[in-house]
Amino acid sequence: MSEKDLQSVTDRLLQRAAPGRAEFEDIVVVPVLAVLVAIILGGLIMLATGVSPANIGKAFVALFNGSFGSLNAVSETLTAAAPLTLAGLGIAIAFRAGLFNIGAEGQVIVGGVAAVVVGFSFAGMPPIIHVPLALLAGAVAGAFWASIAGWLRAATGAHEVIITIMLNLIAMRLLDYLLRNPPIQKEGRADPISKNVLPSAELPHLFDWLDPLMRVHAGIFVVMLAVIFIWWLLFRSTIGFEFRAAGLNPEAARYAGMRSGLIIVLVMALAGALAGLAGANQVLGVLGRVSPNFSGGVGFDAIAVALLGRSHPVGVLLAGLLFGALQAGGRQMQVDAGVSLDVIAIIQALIIIFIAAPMLMRGVFSFAFAKQSKR
Amino acid sequence: MAATQVSKVSKPAISPTRLRQTRLIGVILLILSVFVAVFFAWPVSGDASFRLAYPGDAFPLPNLIVPAAPYAWVVAALLAFFGVRQFLPGATRWTGLLFGLGLLLLVTAFLTWATAGKSFSLTGMLQATIIRSVPIALGGLAGVLCERVAVVNIAIEGMLLAGAFTGAVIGSLFGGTVGVLAAMLVGGAFGLLLAALVVTYRVDQIIAGVAINLLVLGLTSYMSSQVLTHHRELNNAPIFKAIDIPILSDLPLIGPIFFQHNIFVYGALIMVAIATYYLFHTRSGLRARAVGEHPEAADTLGIDVYRLRYINVTLGGMVAGFGGAWFTLGSVGRFDENMTNGRGFIGLAAMIFGRWHPVGALLAALVFGFADSLQQKLAILQTPIPAEFLAMAPYIATIVLVAGLIGRARPPAADGKPYIKGH
Repeated sequence: MSEKDLQSVTDRLLQRAAPGRAEFEDIVVVPVLAVLVAIILGGLIMLATGVSPANIGKAFVALFNGSFGSLNAVSETLTAAAPLTLAGLGIAIAFRAGLFNIGAEGQVIVGGVAAVVVGFSFAGMPPIIHVPLALLAGAVAGAFWASIAGWLRAATGAHEVIITIMLNLIAMRLLDYLLRNPPIQKEGRADPISKNVLPSAELPHLFDWLDPLMRVHAGIFVVMLAVIFIWWLLFRSTIGFEFRAAGLNPEAARYAGMRSGLIIVLVMALAGALAGLAGANQVLGVLGRVSPNFSGGVGFDAIAVALLGRSHPVGVLLAGLLFGALQAGGRQMQVDAGVSLDVIAIIQALIIIFIAAPMLMRGVFSFAFAKQSKR
Repeated sequence: MAATQVSKVSKPAISPTRLRQTRLIGVILLILSVFVAVFFAWPVSGDASFRLAYPGDAFPLPNLIVPAAPYAWVVAALLAFFGVRQFLPGATRWTGLLFGLGLLLLVTAFLTWATAGKSFSLTGMLQATIIRSVPIALGGLAGVLCERVAVVNIAIEGMLLAGAFTGAVIGSLFGGTVGVLAAMLVGGAFGLLLAALVVTYRVDQIIAGVAINLLVLGLTSYMSSQVLTHHRELNNAPIFKAIDIPILSDLPLIGPIFFQHNIFVYGALIMVAIATYYLFHTRSGLRARAVGEHPEAADTLGIDVYRLRYINVTLGGMVAGFGGAWFTLGSVGRFDENMTNGRGFIGLAAMIFGRWHPVGALLAALVFGFADSLQQKLAILQTPIPAEFLAMAPYIATIVLVAGLIGRARPPAADGKPYIKGH
């Protein structure tokens, strides 16, 4: 083969690789860099607030040990990842349909409350019915809460961002009220706390025969099923195609005969169901009851998870695992190095910013990206 | 034939959506009328006594005595009339006005019902209304400044929180005035960050806003638990005292409500006035609005779209930073995690009701401030309504108004859309 031939072959190969390269950068390089830069900046913030370099090193070791360092740590990571992934899937599916469901937090709250109500009622019901029923209650409540926003958007054109923000705030006040009054408040308690979920409604812990401290529970199967279902729905079903079409080009979707109003309501209901499931998952698998702020900002972190996962079910799962690891490791960090868990929130916010601004990443880290021809 | 066509053209057609909305509001008003009759007029007896003066006022006013039941019946009747009016010809013209008036009457009927047989300081509540509407009005004003150049600013909440934190820390170190200035600078810095993200790096505006909110919440919570808990001297800021405006503050009723406040209330009023003048009476304000309505046209005329967006969003951030300082330097003197508690989002709603106008945002903020202070003061009256539901009222009102007023208030045409030069 002459040198010229070789040249043309490599050219052709490069050409074929070029679009793949851009995609690879978008899906892999940008997120990886974003996470790395955010963690480094988190370290700098610790340094700026007077944490000694030795302690920062300890903090990062703890961050790893607490998330993947032992079987127990992996269990914690999975436990924390489950609600993030579920709620993240809900936000991702809304993104795909061109809707911004900022209300996952509220949907998590109402889902958790519904699950706890079913969970402490129906004494004597066999677990095989009780657990699915409580999960279903959470999903239905979340779907109802989110579809209010969907319906208003479809019927009046009110922007779903404002409506879901308001629904979040309403859900928080509603939770405050419910926890202070019967029938949800625990008898004999003056502080806001709900009754405990009956053992028959608890999601069973999977490895407590190995170590009673392992909290990972059957909810991870719910997560796996949800990921597969959403993947099938989005990429293999007609209704999912309509969702994506409505998101990519609402006008064209309408001309093609898709009922945009119905799609909006359905998408929001599905997103709410997933977020409600996340709340139910927390209540039935981890907390066993509902208290103020039991949602712990899962609905907001899930926005980052959906963005990081590029609104793809598998991506959301990976992003959920990463954020779960950050949460689990962050707790260990707080214990070992005395660094406040809130630094994790900063790192997560920075990740969103970097992911959402690929142009920024390309500009700052130009060495990591192939040169783009100017159009 | 021609004549009928002319008459068809000259009479503007009422869109079916608008008509449906009108009917819906009519139904709501009728339901409210029944509600007032059943819950406020039927079971109540006695007089409601509203105190208008503080003890020791220069010109004390007598108490305002309202017979509770008859007043509620009158309100129920008026609401019923407004509701029926929505189904008669020519209703669409008056819908907004009558709906607003109806809600106002509803609130007065509620107050009279809650106060029946007791006495209640109306002046005190109205004074609290003004104070509590300050951060909402400033948040709304920040929103107006940004959205007039077509940048949606969800990050107002974060900017308020950043202002509150900075005000507390810098105020503790260097005094209140420096604290306020620093809060404005930090608010402006986050405005600049938002502008850089959405203008230069073309990040989706809502995502950028959400990210800034989370970032500020994380930063302030982290610093609060990592630093402020160990250095309490950094979280002990002076509070601005109320300044009585000479003569005016002695007026009965009006004096305490409007002229006995600290710099945040006066500052908010001045900022609203300046922003109105800037946006609607100056050349650069006209340019800014052009950028919000039609950036391509503005660009063609030689207006630097990017520059104006940067400037306005940064100004908006400074306004929000000032509003944030209210939470610490104008109110309690110390910072608590997430102390803004959704006020920035309410400010955003105030901007929408205020139809993207600074004065409108201020008036809408007063409504929210009223709901806020009502909730606080009603605890004194011991009504059977749980405080949590009263706290929800402004949020529910926001949803109703956002859904009900859509199509009546129009955002800037290019709102939320990035502008890419040369496309």
